[in-house]
Amino acid sequence: MLVRFFTDLRAGGVPVTLPEFLGLLEGLQARLAALSPEDFYYLARMALVKDERHFDRFDRVFAEHFAGAEKWFDRLAAEVPAEWLKQLTERLFSDEEKQRVAALGGWDKLLETLRQRLREQQGRHEGGNRWIGTAGTSPFGNQGFNPEGVRIGQAGSRERRAVKVWEARDYRNLDAGVELGTRNIKMALRRLRRFAREGAAEELDLDGTIDSTARSGGLLDIRMQPERRNAVKLLLLLDIGGSMDPHVKICEELFSAARAEFKHLEYFYFHNFPYERLWKDNRRRFSEITDTWALMRTYHRDYHVVFVGDATMSPYEIEQPGGSVEHWNEEPGRVWMQRIAAHFPRLVWLNPEPEDHWQWTPSISLARELIANRMFPLTLDGLDRAMRELKRKSPYTRPDVS
Amino acid sequence: MTQTRFAGTERYVATPDLMMAVNAAVTLARPLLIKGEPGTGKTQLAEEIARSLERPLYEWHIKSTSKAQHGLYEYDAVSRLRDSQLGEARVHDIRNYIVKGRLWEAFESDVQPVLLIDEIDKADIEFPNDLLRELDRMEFYVHETRELIRARHRPIILITSNNEKELPDAFLRRCFFHYIRFPDTETMEKIVRVHFPGLKQELLAEALSTFFSVRETPGLKKKPSTSELLDWIKLLLAEDIPPEALRSDDPKKTIPVLHGALLKNEQDVHLFEQLVFLNRRAGR
Repeated sequence: MLVRFFTDLRAGGVPVTLPEFLGLLEGLQARLAALSPEDFYYLARMALVKDERHFDRFDRVFAEHFAGAEKWFDRLAAEVPAEWLKQLTERLFSDEEKQRVAALGGWDKLLETLRQRLREQQGRHEGGNRWIGTAGTSPFGNQGFNPEGVRIGQAGSRERRAVKVWEARDYRNLDAGVELGTRNIKMALRRLRRFAREGAAEELDLDGTIDSTARSGGLLDIRMQPERRNAVKLLLLLDIGGSMDPHVKICEELFSAARAEFKHLEYFYFHNFPYERLWKDNRRRFSEITDTWALMRTYHRDYHVVFVGDATMSPYEIEQPGGSVEHWNEEPGRVWMQRIAAHFPRLVWLNPEPEDHWQWTPSISLARELIANRMFPLTLDGLDRAMRELKRKSPYTRPDVS
Repeated sequence: MTQTRFAGTERYVATPDLMMAVNAAVTLARPLLIKGEPGTGKTQLAEEIARSLERPLYEWHIKSTSKAQHGLYEYDAVSRLRDSQLGEARVHDIRNYIVKGRLWEAFESDVQPVLLIDEIDKADIEFPNDLLRELDRMEFYVHETRELIRARHRPIILITSNNEKELPDAFLRRCFFHYIRFPDTETMEKIVRVHFPGLKQELLAEALSTFFSVRETPGLKKKPSTSELLDWIKLLLAEDIPPEALRSDDPKKTIPVLHGALLKNEQDVHLFEQLVFLNRRAGR
């Protein structure tokens, strides 16, 4: 039974491995979670999930897999002795209410109906006025409003009930597919930090030299180490205005996170698609422009280029000379994009539109084609993939000619 | 007799899932990785475990320059070089220049110790990978003296992380994992009670409701955490603020007294003031 749970977890996108699963079994063998399903849930989660972003996926698989157990618990709670229920109502109900219960056929009839319903009902139920569940007006269930209601499935404190713990799905917003907050973006951007110390050994390693000199009995032994370059150069090109308006907040967040994270950060704006000119200040976008040629001359090819834009426009804006919506461009956007992509081998495009909508917009397909599919959604997961792509020694990287 | 199960202490409120995690890690002798918002008591947990189980505690605080080797041992080549120039006798035994690290000390402990590796995410990304074998087998090899150091008792290892770097999968696979959630009102009340046993019920209720409403303010850069709440209550007590001062019909309409303890960022304070201003205008 647990083996299937294991395979279900893997199918559900939780990266579980065999040693972790064995760890769980070991824990069960040590009777760490012998009595309560809640303990079992905690133990399983602790042993199998190693990242809080996967908690939600785990909860979902767990709920699905142990759905049978949940029903069993409801039934267990329902099989309370009738005597007990009667005593409870003596305390809780007013005389008037008790008379109304009697009018419905009395306690025995009520319980009979309850048993019948329990047999009919298969799944969990909430709201409504007939089935057993929570927050409804049926006579059966808890938190209800029917005065003769039978309290089911609420034996102890609600917080303590095992079924609640994973059904609450408290970790929903820690899933990796969610939209970003500034801090999350910073975390994702930090991936780019990693190649800070890669490269050829060109710098004197003082500690290493002293160490190895001492080891070789005082004979000078020079050690070298790669230069510590902790600043990745980033060139951010942002689409602004028009269809980007709904995405302003997330772009601002990305921008402020990138500003905090990279020492060498340059940014320029464009509208819909890059042509022969870009600008730095939106208020003076027509007076203070930067020539795209100048951009490519100024910034060396070791800059990482990140486009941010929805790439949602008319295909003419990419394909045709003069296609731009706000000025006459001699050469089509396609040509400019190809030039930029050829100059900067490390390039990605972040798109705030959801990834599954991309195929329905022709201009997005065109843009993706131009940058060899290096387009990623602007989510935590997408940003992560984009940063990995930038880190990768891409096939588009030509040997440096400088 | 020493206790074998951890159930929180009089100074530390542990939720059932946390107790489960700690006890499982102790029973199965696996390292326990603890993550969570800053200020939820990750580091304190190790101290409390050591105290309640009556074990010695070894703390290893990680910095960005820490290397895995620092935790095992260091070979002090420079002092040996100096000693050799001075012709000291002890220079002939390399053992004199091996400086033990925290991990080695923990391995040598006579009773099972608690070892805290604090803020592992601060170190270089290769750091956790360099500790794989040590955590797995609880042994390491000293090349200089050619000896194998093995733990006398597998230490209870607690590792905390603030999520600044992702940890490698191979490392994660060897640990148990627990994420300390931000406490709900009920747990929070218990925590405050533990720290301020004489606190008046009224003040506590007012302080908590103000605290949670500040936490729920959208767009805060740094949400106040448990440790900030405790600081704030300490201040309230020191200044002898009456509960009425906190109530003031709607917490949204006033800036809480002594808010400096809760909001640590001038942008947040500014945002909060703006919201209060808007609410006041809307309320009129």
